[in-house]
Formats: sequence, structure tokens, C-alpha cells
Amino acid sequence: MQWFNVVLQGVLIGGLYAMFAAGLSLIFGVMRLVNIAHGDLIVLAAYISLIVTQAMGVDPLTSLLLVVPVMALIGYALQRGLLNRTLGEDLLPPLLVTFGLSIIIQNGLLELFTADSRRLQAGTIEILTFQVTQSVWVGALPLIQFGVAVAAVAGLQALFYKTALGRAFRATSDDQSVAQLMGLDTRHVFAMAMALSLAIVAIAGVFLAIRTNFDPAIGSARLIFGFEAVIIGGLGSMWGTLAGGIILGISQAIGAQIDPGWQLLAGHIVFLAILAVRPQGLFPKVSG
Amino acid sequence: MSRVERATRSSRIGVALVTAALVVLALAPFWGDRQTLRLLAEMLTFVALASLWNLLAGYAGLVSVGQQAFVGLGGYLLFALAILLEVHPIAAILIAGPIGALVAVPVALLIFRLRGAYFAIGTWVVAEVFRLLASQISVLGGGSGTSLPAAVVVAMAPNRQMREFEIYWLALALTAIVLGAIVALLRSRHGLALTAIRDNEQAAQSNGIDVWRIKFIVYVLTAFATSMIGALIFLQKLRISPDTAFSVNDWTAFVIFITVIGGIGRIEGPIIGTIIFFMLRQTLADLGSLYLLMMGAVAIAVMLWAPKGLWGIFAERLGWQAMPLRRHLMLEETVGKP
Repeated sequence: MQWFNVVLQGVLIGGLYAMFAAGLSLIFGVMRLVNIAHGDLIVLAAYISLIVTQAMGVDPLTSLLLVVPVMALIGYALQRGLLNRTLGEDLLPPLLVTFGLSIIIQNGLLELFTADSRRLQAGTIEILTFQVTQSVWVGALPLIQFGVAVAAVAGLQALFYKTALGRAFRATSDDQSVAQLMGLDTRHVFAMAMALSLAIVAIAGVFLAIRTNFDPAIGSARLIFGFEAVIIGGLGSMWGTLAGGIILGISQAIGAQIDPGWQLLAGHIVFLAILAVRPQGLFPKVSG
Repeated sequence: MSRVERATRSSRIGVALVTAALVVLALAPFWGDRQTLRLLAEMLTFVALASLWNLLAGYAGLVSVGQQAFVGLGGYLLFALAILLEVHPIAAILIAGPIGALVAVPVALLIFRLRGAYFAIGTWVVAEVFRLLASQISVLGGGSGTSLPAAVVVAMAPNRQMREFEIYWLALALTAIVLGAIVALLRSRHGLALTAIRDNEQAAQSNGIDVWRIKFIVYVLTAFATSMIGALIFLQKLRISPDTAFSVNDWTAFVIFITVIGGIGRIEGPIIGTIIFFMLRQTLADLGSLYLLMMGAVAIAVMLWAPKGLWGIFAERLGWQAMPLRRHLMLEETVGKP
């Protein structure tokens, strides 16, 4: 029963990792960009939520109504103003520019908020739990978080295959120059993809900040979790990304159960093992 | 009749200047005070790290953000060998190289399955794994790290001054060897292949270059040298912990900024970059995190508007090269009068 509980908690945290990963996967799919600042943007969203909750006296989940559009706007501006200039044949510019961005966000937050760790208080919902079996309890918050993750992935999937914007995403992903010839403004399409990516980042950031303490330095670890979920699931597959996040979550939970020092290590080792035996991931869709 | 020449007038001047600089640096213990020596030794290690990263990213197209894996590995090897096996620190530095290369082989086989930017993050995961493993080693202090025992340090030299001289000369010698080896590699057949890969990977492949093999060799050699430099860095520091040994800021962010600002894909870039980086640090370090923020902004600006870095701007305008690396085809009428 104890192990059932461990796996269940792992699955639920896996939803959060899938949200870290979904934004990464989306922009990689559309423009082959890997955003090294992704983790720091998650932390940025957490701090924006902190400001909103303190200034307006709302709870963190309500603050999403503001944090999501703000992050999406930042994403659009970032892509239009900076990242579009780096896209091209050469891999180095986008990589180094997002790396620089990561350092800027991290140290900017450090300057503004100090290195103290913070936490978002969600109120009574934090302690609300349901009894599943005699010895297994599930928190309401992890359940909501997992539900939101599944909804986000399903929403992205629907957006990709059912809407005009999704069609534009797929077209630019397949062939940028042909998409342009068909009258698509790829600069705008890319900026929309980044806006959407950061909208998901906003949700992920707020749930992360309710779950654990955060400080300006924790971004890079979130980038790595998201990246591992993407690779485990297979590049370009949204449902694969969710599966990747869940596998990572379960691995970490089992590792932590064996020895607390092994929590992160177990996740990395499972990732490396999957890379060794199945480098294309479990459910691949596009090739890198 | 035609032949290929590498030397140009600027490279002859460059070689003379480098030789002179080496002599001046070798004599530094006689003209500099302790502070200067420390600063110079630190700069030398950054020149070496940045040159190695430049070889990886600038030439072989292997953009790693995980070289701290090997810096930390080298550091931990030094401490493990010196504390647990009572190996002399200098011998430990020499042993760190081959072990680093040995570790790099399976790592490369694994992460070479990832391409481009995903390769970059893959290297980071490896460095994280190393950091987490290091914090599990309880004989070396686990997560909080450990210091090099006084006995080990004292055994190196009869007094503190001699020890500091020794470490400085070691830094100079290692850096000079690393730079010399990179120049020799780039002048060799493999260097021609590497430059071809740098300019166009597909074209290089279609000309019969085994791109995977060359990249593999470069990755392993870089790990060899980076581990040795890592061991040396932590001999200077005398203290190690998982967070300092595998720090992405210290051993990767700084190194990337140095290389990008100085000029990526050129041997001179990391040297120029290190000088600029340390000049900025000496004047702006009081700003703390704002300083790092500015470095990030400068690196982005350079990447967008001067992607070849500061040295690239000069070299392109003036045709300068400090080392005889570029191959110039001399046709019959020009042979003998370059």
C-alpha cells in the first residue's frame, strides 16, 4: 500500500513536470528553439503571482487570471523583439541568447527579491485531502494540479489540430518558407507560439510556488525536469510529454522513498537509461 | 607551382608577442605581489577553460553547458586521490586528465544521441548527476564538502610562498600546454576537418570527413584537459563542495560569456575575452548580481550585433591572426613574397 501511495504521488507531481515540458515542447515543435531560460521564466511567473497576491489580496489560483496574460505578453514581446532575430541555420545564437536571458532573469530576481525563499499561500485548499483507501490520502491541490496539466495538454492538442492558429503552427513547423509563401507572417506565428508557451509556464509557475518554496536560483532544475520529460516522451508529442512527466515524477518518488538523497538522481538516471535504450523517446513525432 | 602557407606577417608578430608574454608571465613571481599572482593564476585557468569550450562549441559545434561536470570531476579526483590515497597533488592533477577522458567516453556515447540545443541540456543533466553523486560521497564531506588537509598542502613545498609560486607556475604551464595542444590540433589534418565542420557540417560530411568521430575525439580530449584544469582550480581553492565544483555559473556561464565576447571560433577570442571579463570584474564586482545581469546583457548584445566577438571584428577588418592557423594558398607568382 505504501508503494501504491508513492507511485500515486509521483503521478500527480508528474503533471507539474508535464506543464514544465509542454511549453518547451511547443516552441521546439514550431520553431526548433530550445529556450534555456524556460526554467527561470517559470520562477518569474511565481514572483509575478507573489506580487499580485500581495498587492490585490487574492489567492494564487485567482492570480492566474492576471499572471497568465502578463506572461503571454512577455512571451510575445520577447519573441518579436529578441528571439526572432536569433533564429536561422546557426544553432548557437538562440542557445546563447536564451542562456544570457536566463542569467539576466535569475540575477534580476535576486536583485529585486533577494535570495530568501518564498511561498504562495493558497489557504484552506492546501490542507484539503481525500481518502482513497484506508491508508492512502490524496491532497486536493495535487489533484487540481494534475487535472489542470491534463487539461493543458488536451487543450494544446486541440489547438494544434482543430484551430487556424494550430494549422499555422503546424505549417511553419513543416516548412517555414512555404508557410511564408502561403501568406503566413512567421514572425507573428513564432511570437504566438512563445506567448502560448509562457501562458503554460505561468500556470506551472504558480502551482510550483504553491507546492514548494522558491527562490531565484531554482529555475535551472525546472528546465532540466521539463527537458527530461520532453525527451522521455518523445519530441513533438504532447501526450508523450505528459507520459514523460509522469514517468519522471514516479522515478523521483520511488528514488526518494529509497533514500531522500536519491530523489533527483533517480529521475536523471531513468532519463539517461531511456536515452540509452530508446533515444527517440517513447512516443516520438518529429525528429530533432 | 603553388603551396599552402599559414604564417602571415601578423601571425609572426603574434607568435613573437605570445612568446614574450609567456616569458613575462613565467617571471611573474619575481615582479608581482601575492594578489597579482592569484589573479593571474585565476585568469590563466579561465583562458584554458574558455579555450577548451571554444574548441568544443566554436569548432566542433558541440555547444555544451555542462563542462562543469569535468571541472568538478577533476576537483573531486584531486581531493579523493590526495585524501584517500595520499597521492601528491601534482600527480593527482596529472591522473585527473586520463580519468576525466575515460569518464567522457560513455558520457559522449550517451549524449551524442541528442542534437544541437538538446545536446546542450543533456550535458547539463550529466553535470547534475555528477553533482548529486558527489554529494553522496560521505568520506569527502557529502553535500557540505571538505577541505584539503593541512598535511597534504604543507607537503607540497617547504613554505607558503614557494607553494604559491608552484601553483602559479603549474597554472601557467597547464594553460600554455592546453593552448599549444589546441593550436597543434587545429594545424593538423584533424584541425582542417574541424574548421570545415565549423563552417559547414554537411559540406564537411559530404567531403568524406567522419564528423561523428572527430566530434567524439574532441569531446574526450576536452574532458581530459578540463578535468586537469578542474583539479588545478581546486588546488588553488583548497576547499571543495558539490555546489562550487559543479557550478554552472562559474564554470559554464562565465566561460561562455568570455568566449562569446572575445570571439567564438577563433583561438584568440578566449584570451581577449578573459582580459575583458576580469577588467570588468575588477571594476564592477561590487555590484554583485547586477554585474552578472550586465554580463548576460553584453553577451546577448555581442551575439546579436557582433556574433564573431571583439577579436572577430578586428581580425576581419585587418586580416590579423595571432597564431599561424589559417591556410593561405600561395600561387606561383606570389610564392616567397607574402
